[in-house]
Amino acid sequence: MFSVAAIAVLVALGLALARALLGPTVFDRVLAANAVGTLAILLLAVFGFLTGRPEFLDIGITYALLNLIGTLAVLKFWRYGDLSGSGDEDEADA
Amino acid sequence: MLDVLVDGLSWLALVAGSFVVVVGALGLVRMPDVFTRMHAGGMIDTLGAALIFLGLILQAGLSLVALKLVVLFALFFITSPVATHALARAALYAGVEPKLAEDRDIEHVPADYPVGLFSRDKS
Repeated sequence: MFSVAAIAVLVALGLALARALLGPTVFDRVLAANAVGTLAILLLAVFGFLTGRPEFLDIGITYALLNLIGTLAVLKFWRYGDLSGSGDEDEADA
Repeated sequence: MLDVLVDGLSWLALVAGSFVVVVGALGLVRMPDVFTRMHAGGMIDTLGAALIFLGLILQAGLSLVALKLVVLFALFFITSPVATHALARAALYAGVEPKLAEDRDIEHVPADYPVGLFSRDKS
């Protein structure tokens, strides 16, 4: 049964990858990258149980943190043009 | 007896989670614009991940592994909405416009179709 979940996650990974390649705007690609990260964590967890080595979960937790930071960094870069801005210009044109 | 029950519940959660994950990924490909795709992607992050983690927790029993799964799930529950919110704001700021009912090229719009509810100029 773990293999059913693993195969489902792999299929979903393929579809998310298709969206990352197709995506007309950069935001589609960021969304797809975020989904790929999520699915990778799910795959790690399920695969750990499949092979009887649940220690893979530690890698999953690290991945989850990196995924959020990566997504936010890319979005901030696309919104402000660089990563050092404080985001103050937000109020000016809101 | 209890073992069989927990096992069955775990399989049920795993299969349901797999289904939700595949449906979410399908939505990621099939939906018309960024904002609706975000909605589909959110399903993978919340319901899909929650059900799969629930299935794994039931398999792990009371152990450190279960605790790690709970931590991972809590992390998902906090970070996923943050990422989606930032994505929506960044997309809006960059000028990506949501697709509205009036943009769809349907040949025969039913007379009672509530186009006004979803139109851009609030008239």
